[in-house]
Amino acid sequence: MFMQQMVNGFSLGSMYALIAIGYTMVYGVLRLINFAHGDIMMVGGFLGYFGIAVLGLPFGAAVILAIVGSALLGMASDRIAYRPLRSAPKISLLITAIGVSFFLENAFNVFFGGVPRAFPVPAYLEEVVDFMGLTMPVSAIIVPIITAFLLAIILWVLFKTKYGMAIRALAFDVGTVNLMGIDANRIITLVFGIGSALAAVGGIFWAVNYPSVEPMMGVLVGLKAFAAAVVGGIGSVGGAVLGGLIIGFTEVVVIAFFPELGGYKDAFAFIFLILILLFKPTGILGIDFEKSRF
Amino acid sequence: MILKIDNVTKNFGGVTAIKETSFSVAPKEIFGLIGPNGAGKTTMFNIITGNYVPTSGEVIFRNEAISGLKPHHIVRKGIARTFQNIRLFSSMSVLDNILIGFDFQARYGFLESIVRFPRFITEERRIKARAMEILDYFGMSALAHEKAVDLSYGQQRKVEIARALATNPDLLLLDEPAAGMNPSETEELGEIIKKARVDFDLTVLLIEHDMKFVNQLCDKVLVLDYGKTIFEGKPADAIQDPEVIAAYLGDFHND
Amino acid sequence: MNTLMLKKEQWLKISFVAITVWFIWFSNSHFDEYTIRILNNIAIFIILAVSYNLINGVTGQFSLEPNGFVAIGAYVAALLLTSPEAKQYQYAIVDPYPFVLTLHANFVVALLLGGAFAATLAACLSFPVFRVRGDYLAIVTLGFGFIIKILAINVPEVTNGSLGINDIPEFSNLYWTGGIAMIAVIVVLNIINSKFGRAMKAVRDDEDAATAMGVNTFKAKTLAFCTSAFFEGVGGGLLAALLTSISPDLFDFFFTFQLLIIIVLGGLGSTTGAIIGTVLVMGGSEWMRFLDEPMNLLGYETTAMPGMRMVVFSLGLILIMLFAREGVMGKRELTDLLKWRRKGGK
Repeated sequence: MFMQQMVNGFSLGSMYALIAIGYTMVYGVLRLINFAHGDIMMVGGFLGYFGIAVLGLPFGAAVILAIVGSALLGMASDRIAYRPLRSAPKISLLITAIGVSFFLENAFNVFFGGVPRAFPVPAYLEEVVDFMGLTMPVSAIIVPIITAFLLAIILWVLFKTKYGMAIRALAFDVGTVNLMGIDANRIITLVFGIGSALAAVGGIFWAVNYPSVEPMMGVLVGLKAFAAAVVGGIGSVGGAVLGGLIIGFTEVVVIAFFPELGGYKDAFAFIFLILILLFKPTGILGIDFEKSRF
Repeated sequence: MILKIDNVTKNFGGVTAIKETSFSVAPKEIFGLIGPNGAGKTTMFNIITGNYVPTSGEVIFRNEAISGLKPHHIVRKGIARTFQNIRLFSSMSVLDNILIGFDFQARYGFLESIVRFPRFITEERRIKARAMEILDYFGMSALAHEKAVDLSYGQQRKVEIARALATNPDLLLLDEPAAGMNPSETEELGEIIKKARVDFDLTVLLIEHDMKFVNQLCDKVLVLDYGKTIFEGKPADAIQDPEVIAAYLGDFHND
Repeated sequence: MNTLMLKKEQWLKISFVAITVWFIWFSNSHFDEYTIRILNNIAIFIILAVSYNLINGVTGQFSLEPNGFVAIGAYVAALLLTSPEAKQYQYAIVDPYPFVLTLHANFVVALLLGGAFAATLAACLSFPVFRVRGDYLAIVTLGFGFIIKILAINVPEVTNGSLGINDIPEFSNLYWTGGIAMIAVIVVLNIINSKFGRAMKAVRDDEDAATAMGVNTFKAKTLAFCTSAFFEGVGGGLLAALLTSISPDLFDFFFTFQLLIIIVLGGLGSTTGAIIGTVLVMGGSEWMRFLDEPMNLLGYETTAMPGMRMVVFSLGLILIMLFAREGVMGKRELTDLLKWRRKGGK
């Protein structure tokens, strides 16, 4: 029973982690909390649904549709709504992000309706298997496995490729990147693309495991994912994963042992956020260096 | 000695910005902090003003150790500064910009401001009058209600200095005050600073690249290079010191 | 010349009060119930908007707090105003705690307590958030709103859970809402035109330069945040006593979003703008109801699309931020417009 909760915790934590990575990367390069990011996760889920239920695509193709579509949407939101405001005061950018978020939620609400749609999960994912002595559906088990795989890819990109180095440099200092002859704007667009793609995967995982999609599904998840990114150390991909896992685990395990606290499940992320701001604002893995602002 | 930098070191992660530097500034002195770009001059300023905490060493102001105090407390102890790229408050008038400097000296509370007690009215009047006095001193009272950022560069620089003076400092830190100015503006600025030293009872610590300006103004200079002191003494001697010349390697700005 | 301008501002203040008082009296005796309802709403939202503008626009700290603090004020007032019999009758999920039944206060005290409670919570949030650099206020306040909703649902012994509190006596009328709106506007303007307001604006314009001038930026932000929370709490109480029925769903994110559009449209940082924005958005919102109904677009009959109104709202916000960021007033107040006209139109 405990092992089962561990796997569930890993599963939920991985989903939060996937979304948190996008938040932390965008915050790293732009110092922007992209409120619309959680809604990209929702879009990913819906595109998957659309692919299977409306277009009749096989599951794999629908996933690709979701990832590509979300990545394009994320990049488009940067190009259209955020890039024009690069030199505007920060608050303008934050307000616009809220606007984009709200727009996505309500646009999908208008076109798909607010009632949750059952997600057509392929049979092989619903199969219950014996995994290390537990009986669990495949869908729960593959989430952490695929997430770990994706994380390895992301880390490889960030630390072993030229583009990854540019992203890390951009997070540190915008001016340097431009001097290196790399167009900062293209890097930022790339960051949005990567983050959105990961969020889409998270959205598919969510849709498969819960199993439904509805326009507001990204709201609370997004909030918790951002809290996870802050708790783990904003700006750090490892931190985002750590924060996601912590919050995912806590939600699953606390409810398993104290079911009467069930109604407060969504408050844990917030409590962690306040605690980390009180005791270590840079996050668990965050680096504490004074950036030169003078 | 009004200011004593005692063996201060400042590390940022792997980079040592300032290495075991010590110097003292005498009251009423105009002291220059010079050196090539990246030598650590602005970092030193930020340590004095409390924006950075020294990794080791101490800043002693009027016989009191102040490193570790919050920046706004250090202002109230009597240290004020200007910035290299002028940072006036963009939404406010010239007068309001200067009033900010006076605000911590205004003796009224939150509730009194809401209900507009007499104490609010008298204190506001008092600090507005003092602010106008300072503007008058700089010959800018006509500009009081202009938006601060609409002024010319030279005027904005003066407003910034006036704003710093509003905090009633004993020590004034000027970060490249002559930057972006032509020779005649620079000379005028030098005269203003000399006069202000007397009229406002100030000690001045300034960062500069313009050696002519430094020569004209400073009683003493400290030359930094890669965070270490390489010369301390009179400006005229500094220019001739071989180590200083080597450090600059043509970095001199001799307009 | 200085004294002449001061006199002009005094006249402006006096006439503002006089016109508002007259308008309240006039509306109450001349307008129909539907219009009065809208005016009440506008008055309450003016209170909320001018205070939301204080933290967001004047101090420049992006916050999403209103729905949380309004909810607090509403629940506090609801608990203090509803009669014990009404409570006993409607708490259907579980029995209310005994103290809940005994809670009672008159209208003014209920409003003030709602505001005070909200302000206290704001002070508690201020400590972890403003102490550190970074833009965490928005996320924390967003989460705070959710927490309040979670609490409201999960503590039915106090709040009657999802059923909410009904049969709240309808104390609010135009005299209360309009009068308090007037007070809120005056208080906020007085704060802005003092050293506290200057500090807030300095924090907005350049926080590091403000610190360098001796401004205690933590104190400035906290003061703005707590003042906003206070009035939002009071507004919440007025709302409860107007709607006579509140529930956790009422104070959702859209509530905050509406206020955000209001202050952005009016001009972030301008109190006059907040008032103008409220009238425009509340009025426009009524007018835009047709978007949620079936429509006749160029001869083509569409089905009802609930939520279309919100889509238009959010698009509107994005467009304003991209093309008309200053809103109607920018950071200016009515008095500034008059000053500049005298100087020959700057």
